[in-house]
Amino acid sequence: MWIQILLVTGVILVGIFLARPAGGDSHLALRRLFMLGFVIVAIASILFPQWLSWLANLIGVGRGADLLLYALVLAFLVTVASAYRRNVALNRKLTHLAREITLARAEAEDAKTRDAQ
Amino acid sequence: MVPLYNESTVIADVVRGLRESFDHVICVDDGSTDGSAAAAAAAGARVLHHPINLGQGAALQTGFSYVGSKPEAQYVVTFDADGQHRIEDALEMLDLAKVEELAIVFGSRFLDTRTDPGVIKRIILKTAVWVTNLTTGLRLTDAHNGLRVIRTDAVRMIELDQDRMAHATEIVLKLGRTKLPWREYPVELLYTDYSKAKGQSVLNSVNILVDLLVR
Repeated sequence: MWIQILLVTGVILVGIFLARPAGGDSHLALRRLFMLGFVIVAIASILFPQWLSWLANLIGVGRGADLLLYALVLAFLVTVASAYRRNVALNRKLTHLAREITLARAEAEDAKTRDAQ
Repeated sequence: MVPLYNESTVIADVVRGLRESFDHVICVDDGSTDGSAAAAAAAGARVLHHPINLGQGAALQTGFSYVGSKPEAQYVVTFDADGQHRIEDALEMLDLAKVEELAIVFGSRFLDTRTDPGVIKRIILKTAVWVTNLTTGLRLTDAHNGLRVIRTDAVRMIELDQDRMAHATEIVLKLGRTKLPWREYPVELLYTDYSKAKGQSVLNSVNILVDLLVR
């Protein structure tokens, strides 16, 4: 079945996306391209609802609504993966920031003790 | 150096015990909310404060960065705040590092029969050891043992990215990559009711695995 090949490829692509270093420009670009594709498909589906059914039949899915569901699941996966990546990157930065604060404060305290001696 | 998070009932005793044998006891307070930091300071520790809770791995790295910035520091001993390590073990490990010119000495509870962690904990720990050995290429008998002696040149060569408990595998990996001489040393873990209640839950090993695999 075409749909199975498409879905499995989609899931693998999400996995590769997840393995790429987050926060880079290419990462952002991919996210935006994905968003653009999403908007185009959404508009097309609203204007020509039968288009979805036609595509669904072409790749071996019974109804357009089913295809929509599959696409939604994939889109959800991408969203979860991308949110997770961004969260990890953000935590990284937060840790570095907090560590800098801690060390700066410790350095100031040490300098004070040295002066007192 | 003691990573510290909400251990106010035991930290004072731990710090006092360490102060008898060590000149510098550093507690990295990881945003405790129960007065642990004040208790540690009152007992004679140099306390560094994380403004927010980041995790034990982050606290260790902050301590390493601090010690690494002190040119007079030679070794750093990592020691758990819940009082399950023996200070005698730490001193023996330090001696071993000096005598045999080792850069890293890992404490291991599985080199002799003194410690009995119980069946479930043993299975989890042995799995952790297996994963650690698989990913690091080192052959250890224990993982996630908080008692380690690390020479400051090795400390300066590593940077821990794992903020939470997965740091215990990461630290082995990164210390192993330095190619500096290392050994394991048999230590005893004192499983008090307190440390058992605070200890790692079985579910947290899932978090550790995910943290290690998905970055």
